[in-house]
Amino acid sequence: MNMVKLIIDGKHVEVPENTTLLKAAKTVGIDIPTLCYFELKDMNIENRPGGCRVCVVEVRGRRNLAPACNTMVAEGMEVFTHNIRVLNARRTVLELILSDHPAECLTCSKNGNCELQSMAQQLGVREIPYAGEQSKYRKDTSPAIIRDVDKCIMCRRCEMMCNDVQTVGALSAVNRGFMAVVAPAFEMNLEKSTCTYCGQCVSVCPTGALTEVDHSRNVINSLADPAKTVVVQTAPAVRAALGEEFGLEPGTLVTGKMVAALRRLGFDYVFDTDFAADLTIMEEGSELLDRLTRYLKGDKEVKLPILTSCCPGWVNFFEHNFPEMLDIPSTAKSPQQMFGPVAKEYFAKKLGIDRKNMIVVSIMPCLAKKYECQREEFKVNGDPDVNYSLSTRELAHLIKQSNIDFNALPEEDFDNPLGASTGAAVIFGATGGVIEAACRTAYELYTGKKLEKVDFTELRGLENIRHATLDFDGLPINIGIAHGLGNARKLLEDIRAGKSQFHAIEIMACPGGCIGGGGQPYHHGNSEIIKQRSAAIYREDSGKPIRKSHENPFIQELYREFLGKPLGEKSHHLLHTHYFDKSVGDFIEE
Amino acid sequence: MAKQIRIALRNCGVIDPERIEDYIARDGYMALASVLTDLSPEAVIEILKKSGLRGRGGGGFPAGIKWEITRNVVADQKYVVCNADEGDPGAFMDRSILEGDPHVVLEAMTINGYCTGASRGLIYIRAEYPLAVERLKTAMGQSRSMGLLGENILGTGFNFDIDIRYGAGAFVCGEETALIHSMEGLRGEPTVKPPFPSVEGYLKKPTNVNNVETFANIPIIINKGWKWFSSIGTEKSKGTKVFALAGKINNVGLIEVPMGTTLREVIYEIGGGIQYGKAFKAAQTGGPSGGCLTVKHLDTPIDYDNLIAAGSMMGSGGLIVMDEDDCMVAIAKFYLEFTVEESCGKCSPCRIGNKRLFELLEKITQGNGTMDDIDKLRNLGTVIKETSLCGLGQSSPNPVLSTIDNFPEEYHEHVTGKKCRSKVCKSLMQYLVVADKCIGCTLCARNCPVDAISGERKQVHFIDQSKCIKCGACMDKCKFNAIIIN
Amino acid sequence: MAKLETANALMELREALKEKGAALSQANSPLSTIQVKVTMATCGIASGSKPVFEFMKDELSKRNIPAKVTQVGCMGFCYAEPTIEITIPGKSPVIFGYVNLKKADEIIEHFIRKGEEIEGSIQINYETA
Repeated sequence: MNMVKLIIDGKHVEVPENTTLLKAAKTVGIDIPTLCYFELKDMNIENRPGGCRVCVVEVRGRRNLAPACNTMVAEGMEVFTHNIRVLNARRTVLELILSDHPAECLTCSKNGNCELQSMAQQLGVREIPYAGEQSKYRKDTSPAIIRDVDKCIMCRRCEMMCNDVQTVGALSAVNRGFMAVVAPAFEMNLEKSTCTYCGQCVSVCPTGALTEVDHSRNVINSLADPAKTVVVQTAPAVRAALGEEFGLEPGTLVTGKMVAALRRLGFDYVFDTDFAADLTIMEEGSELLDRLTRYLKGDKEVKLPILTSCCPGWVNFFEHNFPEMLDIPSTAKSPQQMFGPVAKEYFAKKLGIDRKNMIVVSIMPCLAKKYECQREEFKVNGDPDVNYSLSTRELAHLIKQSNIDFNALPEEDFDNPLGASTGAAVIFGATGGVIEAACRTAYELYTGKKLEKVDFTELRGLENIRHATLDFDGLPINIGIAHGLGNARKLLEDIRAGKSQFHAIEIMACPGGCIGGGGQPYHHGNSEIIKQRSAAIYREDSGKPIRKSHENPFIQELYREFLGKPLGEKSHHLLHTHYFDKSVGDFIEE
Repeated sequence: MAKQIRIALRNCGVIDPERIEDYIARDGYMALASVLTDLSPEAVIEILKKSGLRGRGGGGFPAGIKWEITRNVVADQKYVVCNADEGDPGAFMDRSILEGDPHVVLEAMTINGYCTGASRGLIYIRAEYPLAVERLKTAMGQSRSMGLLGENILGTGFNFDIDIRYGAGAFVCGEETALIHSMEGLRGEPTVKPPFPSVEGYLKKPTNVNNVETFANIPIIINKGWKWFSSIGTEKSKGTKVFALAGKINNVGLIEVPMGTTLREVIYEIGGGIQYGKAFKAAQTGGPSGGCLTVKHLDTPIDYDNLIAAGSMMGSGGLIVMDEDDCMVAIAKFYLEFTVEESCGKCSPCRIGNKRLFELLEKITQGNGTMDDIDKLRNLGTVIKETSLCGLGQSSPNPVLSTIDNFPEEYHEHVTGKKCRSKVCKSLMQYLVVADKCIGCTLCARNCPVDAISGERKQVHFIDQSKCIKCGACMDKCKFNAIIIN
Repeated sequence: MAKLETANALMELREALKEKGAALSQANSPLSTIQVKVTMATCGIASGSKPVFEFMKDELSKRNIPAKVTQVGCMGFCYAEPTIEITIPGKSPVIFGYVNLKKADEIIEHFIRKGEEIEGSIQINYETA
């Protein structure tokens, strides 16, 4: 690798060629401010359109200032990142951006978490000398995501996520000049677009232009209603990230405190989505084995690979883009949606209450879950199996506004019976976790032998697409894993082309899996945070006494008392679903 | 004495653009033939470099060097692109060449393909140029059927073919990276250079982008030699430049003058002087990206470097002449309105900054400006220039900055005296009745669309300034010159 | 047109075309017929050059004046469109501006047929390379 020497702010710097000035400066402790620039290191995610112009620096000999994020180092270059010319220009550019931004910070849902706000603070902007007309757009509310693009600063991060990373193509720049903004085609509503509600746009938006639909008010009302029994379920990835909202180190597990907080918020039963994840493994693992066995027997009807179906963003994606392959994913509902009917059809009956008087709330790292629980097929006579889905962030707000000192809370345990879970369920939160959990169970069911080495480390990691061949007692099982919908698309296209060698594929819509979900605390481009969350998930797994779903005694009890057997009639009715062709857009009629 | 030499336009108005025979009879495709049979790509590039030909699209980058860069990049596929997305208001040089001599562009692009190693060419042309498109298509059909385009050109084994891509009317798509994205089916917005298109362009392949007029110079340079070409023009700007002469000038038209011709020669000798014998005030070159040249620049030889030194730029060749009736603040506002409309919106200084410049100018022309606003214009304009992503934003403040520099007194008058000396800025004008000329015929009052004029028959009339919308109907109707503008 | 297989074939074609006078600059016309060029670029057409072009073609032939009428691109005199250029063998070409059908008729009758000088000619102020 050729090294390049240059001088930045008088400091001698030596970096490999093709390094940007931004990164070169960082090596000598110079932090050039950026706004549109975004990177998730080690995950191949980078956004540097060079649009905001906040990172401009002076390069000796150049007529104009250069964007540090987009200018490569060159031998002998002399760069000034904070001389008077640069400071004036940078401040003016920021003042311009602020002049076209609503000054409603106090009531903005991103207040305190907004990168534009921080930038104004950092650069010490005290007035906006170039005040003028502000661009105004229609506010667009979908089942999961709100677009309030008056606040859009055209950083294009969401567009990059939606197009380059997710290949969803719902968001892109429209209009010209002052009215340019990121929007669905023809500025139609997000709901009419191919949006999967993965929420990655929200998770990278530096301002309040893209946020989640907030259901916490509904939850508060339910909790206050004495006629309702309010049950909460918490997804595995939440416990690995919630602490960040309370100043704890990324990767701090706050399972016990979270349970304690939920109890203090007034939930009647604090249950765990992990329980439903174990249930998912029973159903999905059995389905995998069923398809595999029939396939090995030469059944030409059976389709392989089987695809996981617990990620609602992913389900939306294949319904939009691969309608001819709707019979390939597992029919097993997601853990959130398995939990719902178990709570309302099994647990409510145990309590002797009508399902209409039970409110099921889920705490999810995800925004697509908000849409998922509103799907018609997950309702009984209009009553949704899961009433409200809150994001990790919304839960944090709920805790804060209820005067709960989170960090001082004791650690408490989930309630039974729907709170008990195994390590296999916990790892649902990280990419590769679902398939690992499924293999732990499928191995034992298929071979009839005890699995000695529970950790399938070959399935873990953050590479975009991973594959491994597991030995099921002499039978090689080919596993594929993709996180991020763009990577999923590649595997799907291989299947469509008949080139796929896999028996089973796990797909998660969000980079990193649920720990990197669209409803998690904002990581602001720090991929270390995602890695720490992942580590926490696996730590929780290895600390669990039971690490295989089929060994969960309450799962066994549920089958004994209620469901019968996996893939049985009751399971089929309550725990399995089917998919819809949503490829035909109806946006033209608008 | 002929002040003009037609090189790029040499066949325009001479040949039938729809007959390839006419072009061939005028030595058409001879340059291609000699290049393919006698010259190596390096030799051709050398000729171009020595000729001193610089890009005619506005930037003025040496064409030979651009070709060489594209040639030196190793790639399995390269492209030649002709930029015919002529977007400057009042400019029509490219259209005239394409409509009058389409084959010259095809021949030059093919030569470019031979030199750079490209086998495919693309012409990016405005969809608003239907006749140019039609003639290009006719020309392409003819040259293909005669073996001058396509497979095995003139039996030499060289393959090159050309397609047409249509622009949808975005000014910014004249910027080469935006143009390339538009051709790729993406949003027409620029990306940061480097990488330059010569290295990474259309579909990420090396792409040589030249403007129509640049291409129109190529065949004749090869036929007549670089020495001939470089004998025309100034030291650093060789050859000629086509200008679309417009505005308050008698002979509005398309002219081609040797580099180094003065503005005075262009306006008074070729252009026939200012209309109605009025006084010359300024000439805008470079369209919305350029600046204005004033009386003090009349004897400056026009070339790339002198225009930049004068605070303007060559641009693609629009030359709009203004006289004493033009208000320079309003002119600056006109151009800003254009760039506000045409900015792609990608980078903040151009998207928001130009809007703010426009708003400040509007404030000033409405009589609400302050001296502080003039400083703001200057500071903001400078920041937009030095921080914008592409050439559009890097030059869009030029009309403002150069009018402030050259006509500070007009800005000051608008701000402090609330006066527009050219009587263009309506908010600063008052229509008044001259008492001793008004005979009270009531014609003005009857024609006022907003009933702002009152007065009895045979009495002096009165215009209510709070109602007046400054349409000027009263002044037009008055037969006694009793209404004046203050 | 037949395909040109070699560069030499192109040169031969050029010579043949030159002899036939296929297309000529103003200066070097060896043609014995009168040449009429009508500017038919967008600007010319917009100013009305199409009917003028048709008129010149039809009327010259009706009036038995052997002439070659062709369309050409922009001559540069936008202010005076439609413009037409007349070359009478042995004489320098003359360009007329603001040509409507009445003017066209005058050009045919007076300038071409009678060889009279008429008003409305434009000074050609350029050289062509």
